[in-house]
Amino acid sequence: MLFMGIDIGSRGAKGVVIEDNQIATAFIGDTGPESVKTSEMVRDNMLAKLGMDMSKITYTMATGYGRVLVPFAAENVSEISAHAKGAHWYFPSVRTILDMGGQDCKAINVNDKGQVTKFIMNDKCAGGTGRFLELIASVLGLRLEDIGQTSLESKKNFPFNTVCAVFAKSEAISLMKKGTPKSDILAGLHDAIAVRCYNLLKRVNIEKDFTITGGIAKNQGMVAKIKEKLGMEPVLAPDPQIMGALGASLFARERYMAKQNAAPAS
Amino acid sequence: MPVAGIDVGSQTTKVVILNDGQVVGQSVMVSAEEAETGARKALDEALQQAGLALSDLTTIVATGAGRKDVSFAQKQKTSLSCLAKGINRLLPAVRTLIDVGAESSTVIRINEKGGVDDSIGHDRCASGTGAFLESMAKLMQMPLPEMGQESLKAQRRAEVSSMCAIFAEQEVISHVHRVPPTPKADIIAGIHGSMAVRIVGLAKRIGVKPEIALTGGVARNVGFARVIEEELKQKVVVPDNPQIVAALGAARIAQEEGGKQ
Amino acid sequence: MEANYGYSDGSGDYFIIVDTDKCNGCGDCVTACPERVFEVAPDDYGKKVALVKESVASKVSYVCPGYKPCSANVETTCHTACKMGAISHTW
Ligand code: SF4
Ligand code: SF4
Repeated sequence: MLFMGIDIGSRGAKGVVIEDNQIATAFIGDTGPESVKTSEMVRDNMLAKLGMDMSKITYTMATGYGRVLVPFAAENVSEISAHAKGAHWYFPSVRTILDMGGQDCKAINVNDKGQVTKFIMNDKCAGGTGRFLELIASVLGLRLEDIGQTSLESKKNFPFNTVCAVFAKSEAISLMKKGTPKSDILAGLHDAIAVRCYNLLKRVNIEKDFTITGGIAKNQGMVAKIKEKLGMEPVLAPDPQIMGALGASLFARERYMAKQNAAPAS
Repeated sequence: MPVAGIDVGSQTTKVVILNDGQVVGQSVMVSAEEAETGARKALDEALQQAGLALSDLTTIVATGAGRKDVSFAQKQKTSLSCLAKGINRLLPAVRTLIDVGAESSTVIRINEKGGVDDSIGHDRCASGTGAFLESMAKLMQMPLPEMGQESLKAQRRAEVSSMCAIFAEQEVISHVHRVPPTPKADIIAGIHGSMAVRIVGLAKRIGVKPEIALTGGVARNVGFARVIEEELKQKVVVPDNPQIVAALGAARIAQEEGGKQ
Repeated sequence: MEANYGYSDGSGDYFIIVDTDKCNGCGDCVTACPERVFEVAPDDYGKKVALVKESVASKVSYVCPGYKPCSANVETTCHTACKMGAISHTW
């Protein structure tokens, strides 16, 4: 049986199909202006890769900020629960999750069943999110993919005393004018973001094992800084971005099975 | 005896010179990279207006974010106490002052004597400050001073619900690109509205008592002053020169306390 | 589950915390809160609990003045209404 999970995030749209507890296919694309169309695009891409149509998918669930706008999903779950479930599937030993998304940041504690025991989310402030890194990349004239690596080349952190993306951006611009190396500016900004994440994590329990999910988990500079602040080595999934979609597909399986069990056998 | 108050803000430096309690000179200038240089320039201009020389001043009091860098001032005072003193002279009945500057916003409860009873500030987040409006003006490709007038033409406030300046920018962009686009005036009214919600939310935490005054550079924006009134559901007065209130307060303190430490 | 709704921005930490293990879903906080911050709905594991409305969570410090100022103005706050002691504030 196949189960589908769709994660419509604020920037990226992700999908996962699982079969027999394996990932059958996954897809990552951009969230367009219309969530409905975006979700259909994710679905169609995965179905094409599988060479199947929707009738083969037993149950579908959606998550993410656009989760209520996925017309073909039977149910939806919060990103928090979905991330916890996905991360638990990859690493059953994980108890602490930091999810760094395009426009938000979450810290989650998960138990040995993959259930959330504590969570905190920050989705109001751009400081400390992927959006902030995007802004900085464009100010410095670098590609988003490259800034993590560049920050690692820094000899000294430039300390930023603001967490606000707006103020940090203007500070970065004036530093550039003064000739401060880009790598030092980036190291300082990564550090500032890491401090924010650490403060968020402190509100939950920081316990082993620890994982980072979301697109920013691919930024090595960021991961290094967070490791430094936490004094803890994160376990990283090969594709940290699809964690929410994976979790949604696992929820789809669980809810479907529960329904089967509840329904009188006929 | 002539005294001066200097308010070194993050974007502009303001000076007021008092002589025997009368304002004899005042200036507003863009802050320089070096706070001290900017403060000197602004002071020189005000002195010229007053027909005085630096040596005539008996006391200089500095305030604002850059006050510590003004080495020629005898005293440094917080913006809070200067704002309270300043508004108390202009509008003695004011009990709640909302000051919105380039990089901060502050709400102060003031007693009859011009002292500070309570206050709450917001200076580490661009939302709810002039920086927010400035980035929005850029986005709307409209000079900042025109935003207020334009917003008065609005039929309704466009929805700008994000509390972060960065995320609000994205909302504004989507209003502009909508088919048909949301009218400019409505978008700007929405921008002002979202800022007002933040500041009024801040004010509610310490309680709002009439009369209410709005000061700081952003107070010159008539559209913004109007939405603040709408959000508070109370009348708000804006003094003639809302930017110089802190400098005026600093000058009053200079006059009352003299240069003695 | 200890659910933290809110955010920290440049100016401080603003979270309303609902301990869903303590919460029995009675909805007393929903009616008590003058700013209509809460609603009761099933969480992802099927338990009916109080939660901070999604529309409120991202501007919570502008909707709720904070626990102290609120309790100075209203008789019954979310804290006093909740017999289970499930709700707390960080500001
Ligand atoms: S601190 Fe800056 S980045 Fe954060 S919410 Fe405020 S404006 Fe946005
Ligand atoms: S403190 Fe008051 S306004 Fe805030 S959530 Fe509780 S009852 Fe509502």
